[in-house]
Amino acid sequence: MLAYLIRRLFAAAVMLAVIILVVFSIFFLVPKWAGVDIATSFVGKQADPAAVNAVREKLGLSDPIYSQVWEFFKGIFAGRTYAAGGDVTRCAAPCFGYSFRSEQAVWPVLTDRFPVTLALALGAAVLWLVFGVAAGVLSALKRGSLWDRSAMVVALGGVSLPIYFTGLLSLAIFSYGLKWIDAQYVPIGDSFTGWLGGMILPWITLAFLYAAMYARITRATMLEILGEDYIRTARAKGLREQTVIGKHAMRSTMTPILTMLGMDLGALIGGAILTETTFSLPGLGQKVLDSIKTQDLPFILGVTLITSVAVLIANLVVDILYAVIDPRVRLA
Amino acid sequence: MTELSKSGAAVGEPTASSPASTSFLEVRDLKVHFPTDDGLVKSVDGLSFQLERGKTLGIVGESGSGKSVTSLGIMGLHTAGQYGKRKAQISGEIWLDGTELLTADPDHVRKLRGREMAMIFQDPLSALHPYYTIGAQIVEAYRTHHDVDKKTARRRAIEMLDRVGIPQPDKRVDAYPHEFSGGMRQRAMIAMSLVNNPELLIADEPTTALDVTVQAQILDLIRDLQKEFGSAVIIITHDLGVVAELADDILVMYGGRCVERGPAEKVFYEPRHPYTWGLLGSMPRLDRDQQERLIPVKGSPPSLINVPSGCAFNPRCPYADLPKDNVTRTVRPDLTEIGDRHWAACHLTPEQRERIWTEEIAPKL
Repeated sequence: MLAYLIRRLFAAAVMLAVIILVVFSIFFLVPKWAGVDIATSFVGKQADPAAVNAVREKLGLSDPIYSQVWEFFKGIFAGRTYAAGGDVTRCAAPCFGYSFRSEQAVWPVLTDRFPVTLALALGAAVLWLVFGVAAGVLSALKRGSLWDRSAMVVALGGVSLPIYFTGLLSLAIFSYGLKWIDAQYVPIGDSFTGWLGGMILPWITLAFLYAAMYARITRATMLEILGEDYIRTARAKGLREQTVIGKHAMRSTMTPILTMLGMDLGALIGGAILTETTFSLPGLGQKVLDSIKTQDLPFILGVTLITSVAVLIANLVVDILYAVIDPRVRLA
Repeated sequence: MTELSKSGAAVGEPTASSPASTSFLEVRDLKVHFPTDDGLVKSVDGLSFQLERGKTLGIVGESGSGKSVTSLGIMGLHTAGQYGKRKAQISGEIWLDGTELLTADPDHVRKLRGREMAMIFQDPLSALHPYYTIGAQIVEAYRTHHDVDKKTARRRAIEMLDRVGIPQPDKRVDAYPHEFSGGMRQRAMIAMSLVNNPELLIADEPTTALDVTVQAQILDLIRDLQKEFGSAVIIITHDLGVVAELADDILVMYGGRCVERGPAEKVFYEPRHPYTWGLLGSMPRLDRDQQERLIPVKGSPPSLINVPSGCAFNPRCPYADLPKDNVTRTVRPDLTEIGDRHWAACHLTPEQRERIWTEEIAPKL
């Protein structure tokens, strides 16, 4: 188990370095291919060539590429200093540079927005796990029943309907129509109930999509597991049916669900772009959309890196949980 | 053979009315049918037998003859947890120690499972839960039926593992099934099924998935444990050699029905059904000239949806044309007593069978 853990951690560290390199290459290569000069884009279209050169020097854009990679890498872990002549800016670690549009430092903006996205993803995950898995198990146990058929039709709807449709629909009904919920985002520090009110529709909308997927996977997995010989053995031992299902069958059903959860949570923590945009939540997803629209490379880089790291961590956690659940994995 | 001749497992026809059974286990006219899209699958179609404590019954037959369905039927596993599938239709009577199981409260039958009757399955790798240790699975089996703490149950599990011949049981108790060899897994499976001292043990092809060298060990183990615990044992197999080792009585199944049954030495040395002859002829034997080829039973097992009319074995039987008036293809033969506790279902006359056996079959075996 310990050897497995060490191997996984080491692999994650290597992966992180690779991710940083790839993300940097986006920064460096994309403008090249797009024929955009970063310094010009930073300064503005009718820029004075001297100002453009100053920016180029300050951002280190004319340095050799290995030195740029190193500065970028170092910036993340130790901070970096931008200097051009007498103009010196110190960017503390973790440094992702400054916005090309507003001169805001990237990292504080990201850390500001991160909790919103995290709350959205985690809250929705709890909802979809509870309802999706429960619906899937029930469907499997009542296969072919009215419940099963209706649940699977609803699930098919959930999988097929895009978030900007279900999101707007829920807004139209619950916020504008019935006026049950004031769907304005309020920071949790200002008012907890206001925050809850602002989050509830995004949670449900996001959870609906995922619950639908999880219900389908859970149902299929559970049906497969129920046909296993060891389930028959469990019954032959005289176990109560709730133990057979709740313990023996559920433990095996958890493995694929956990794998999916790792991927989905990781991806969502990097920003649930559609949900955040639909509900005007000030999270990472909304920011990344803005940044792409304005070609604000440092922000795109920052969010991409956060997303990658989130997926990396989520997968690491899943791998470890996997080994806890399935003893055979520890050998691999 | 002296041991076999002391056989006490009564093999008799069930009575027409249904008074409570006085045997330890009595199955009366058991039918297990499965509705499918293609029709009704009559996996077991009228099976009766009795078994007493301390005795072993061998149920022999090809794949699809209804052996496993019978054992799962006795355990009540056709009805437990069959979610949304079309329910198996089960009729007849199964008496275990004075209780009729098919009409009993399902929760009562559940409590009997694992405690009064236990089962060993064919493939111990798939029959053990891969995520739980061997010990945890035995402990669970014990604690389901005994109100004891985990420590006591664990001691009991170690004791059972030791009893079935697993070395270092106090260490191996914490191993997972995938860390055991096939033979060890089957030993662990046996330990789990015997942890509650069940009075009825059903072994469904217990050695099929094992190496030949391990098979004999497992069979010896089952025999020793039976002597020690005094349980009634049903061994289900397609391998006559397996039951020859163990069984007091043998029941030969074909197409969901019994075609011959009787004391083991009768079925072995004076078989009176052409299908049993076929099984004996297809069994490899070391004491015979290796140049002689094995004689397979021609054809394939019957469809259980459209069972051949008349004798189910008639399409494959080399002697189907001997009886007059095409009777083998129109009339289903009844199980009739042809000797002391020896029954067979065949249209051939006793004289014809006697002659065919002594002149044609026995010399070739």
